[in-house]
Amino acid sequence: MLRHIAKSVAPLKQALQTLANRKNTTEPSERPRVVRGDIDSLPAVYLAAAVLDPLYIFDGAGSILYSNEAADLAFGPMTKSVSLRLKFRAPEMHELVSRVISGAEESTAINYSERVPVERAYRVVASRIGNDTGLYVLMFKDQSEARRIDRMRADFIANASHELRTPLASVAGFIETLRGPARDDAKARENFLQIMQNQTQRMARLIDDLLSLSRLEMKPYQKPNAQLDVVALVRGVIESMRHIASENGVEIVSELGDAPLLVAGHSDELVQVFENLLENACKYGSSGERILVSAEQASPMDEVRVRVQDFGPGIPEEHIPRITERFYRVDVETSRTQKGTGLGLSIVKHILTRHDARLSVKSASGKGATFVVHFPPVPPSGTGAERA
Amino acid sequence: MQNQHTMRSFDDELNYLSDQIAAMGGYAERMVAEAVAALVQSDSGLARKVVEDDAFLDAKEREIGERAVIIIGKRQPVADDLREIVGAIRISSDLERIGDLGKNIAKRVVAVTEGKQPVRLFRGLEALAGLALTQLKEVLDVYASRSVERIGFVRDRDEEIDAMYTSLFRELLTYMMEDPRNITACTHLLFCAKNIERIGDHATNIAETVHHIVTGRQLPLERPKEDQSHSVVAEPDA
Repeated sequence: MLRHIAKSVAPLKQALQTLANRKNTTEPSERPRVVRGDIDSLPAVYLAAAVLDPLYIFDGAGSILYSNEAADLAFGPMTKSVSLRLKFRAPEMHELVSRVISGAEESTAINYSERVPVERAYRVVASRIGNDTGLYVLMFKDQSEARRIDRMRADFIANASHELRTPLASVAGFIETLRGPARDDAKARENFLQIMQNQTQRMARLIDDLLSLSRLEMKPYQKPNAQLDVVALVRGVIESMRHIASENGVEIVSELGDAPLLVAGHSDELVQVFENLLENACKYGSSGERILVSAEQASPMDEVRVRVQDFGPGIPEEHIPRITERFYRVDVETSRTQKGTGLGLSIVKHILTRHDARLSVKSASGKGATFVVHFPPVPPSGTGAERA
Repeated sequence: MQNQHTMRSFDDELNYLSDQIAAMGGYAERMVAEAVAALVQSDSGLARKVVEDDAFLDAKEREIGERAVIIIGKRQPVADDLREIVGAIRISSDLERIGDLGKNIAKRVVAVTEGKQPVRLFRGLEALAGLALTQLKEVLDVYASRSVERIGFVRDRDEEIDAMYTSLFRELLTYMMEDPRNITACTHLLFCAKNIERIGDHATNIAETVHHIVTGRQLPLERPKEDQSHSVVAEPDA
């Protein structure tokens, strides 16, 4: 008798175990019964959840019945039974979905790309599931990497050749002078060599910045999952910037407070953001002699704001919307003397876009400039679990 | 999406309407992106395709209008159903206008790219188009997901587009003053920039309509108007 009970409990125990392992991927109500090791009773949703590429299951009306975790990460969480055609509006996508629903025999593939917030490209396939289920599957294969590499190559060549030509021309000119008219002029030689050194350093900085921008663009787009305390991070950056500040004769005043503020982010990338902002404030706001750094969050549901304020000459209003463009310079002369590459703020903007964060700038001529980084609030504990 | 009606066919009709809006949205998004790409890459073939695509939007707008009238006549909808249908009519006309503006940009491609133009002329325009496209995509995403809490953000972005437009206006003016040979291209680019700015306005309109559909309330009237290009003048000694 006892043995009999023990025997009937065993599969139940296994099923519970499987369910426990899967508890993050499906709602309790939709956990189907599973027999361990049996392929016939394998629920489709388990299989779909195990696929690492974005995947949707939809019905004959085009309503989404299921989206796997990769899909939610790539395209945002979906409300159940929302129309697939509403979410993916590209004409090719509509055609693909209609074609498969109308019963086209072979599954076809199309190219699909999203331009904002970050450019992404996918190869998309739709096909019918089984013969009479009335269900269809839509699968995405990420092709962004290949596309990005192509684009990066083209951009890099265009930008680099344009921006490197000026310093290169100047170096070439001085070499010519040194070999010709200034051959025996020791004083001029020293002077020219100094200029040449400055120009080559400028080229090196430019290449560094271009590479770091390209590297950012190359990275696959993925929302950061890790949470970190932005206050501690900014405090660290301030410490590391002290020497640049004192070189420029400014003082960084921290009004960060002690309370930690959590944001979702990659710490290396965010360090780069605040380094760039503080470096800019030191270089271009040095006449104000101090830089104010503060952070705030009105309530846990509000965005986290980090503010970097300088009291320098400020940025004329008409330039503000443009300053995050590559190689856009408010004042070419000042930028050159301050060893700017014209890429700092584009790097900042790029990183923030990847973090779902944004940069806002307030400034008026003569009144200093305030750069504010807005982070979205982190969802309350249990991230990723809230699936509608 | 909406609560089920006793009559399933009514649901089907409403879903059909929103699917058609989505189709229009997809075309409009693609047209604007391709028009700007055609301009930057001086690709007259792509520009022609954009001009042809506009016919789809015109036809769809008519279809949605007719369908909506039939549904209203047949079902006598009230409350959120009525808002959904009237909203669809309004959104489709905004999308149709966006298509027209995209087509207008595409038509200028040949004139702008006749001579070889320096890249810097297009940089600002590309950035402006990026903002407007983001705006349009977010608005249509809100329509799809009905998450109206994101709408405030859309209005903020409209302000950003206006500011960028004003700045671009100034920049193009400078190029024309530098060299009269730039005037042809820059004048066309000014119109392109204006078109893109208008696209942002239509996207904001759609956001307001969606807000009304979902909540039943209108957004407050005060709408940021930051386009100051009307006060930009060429200063001879600048």
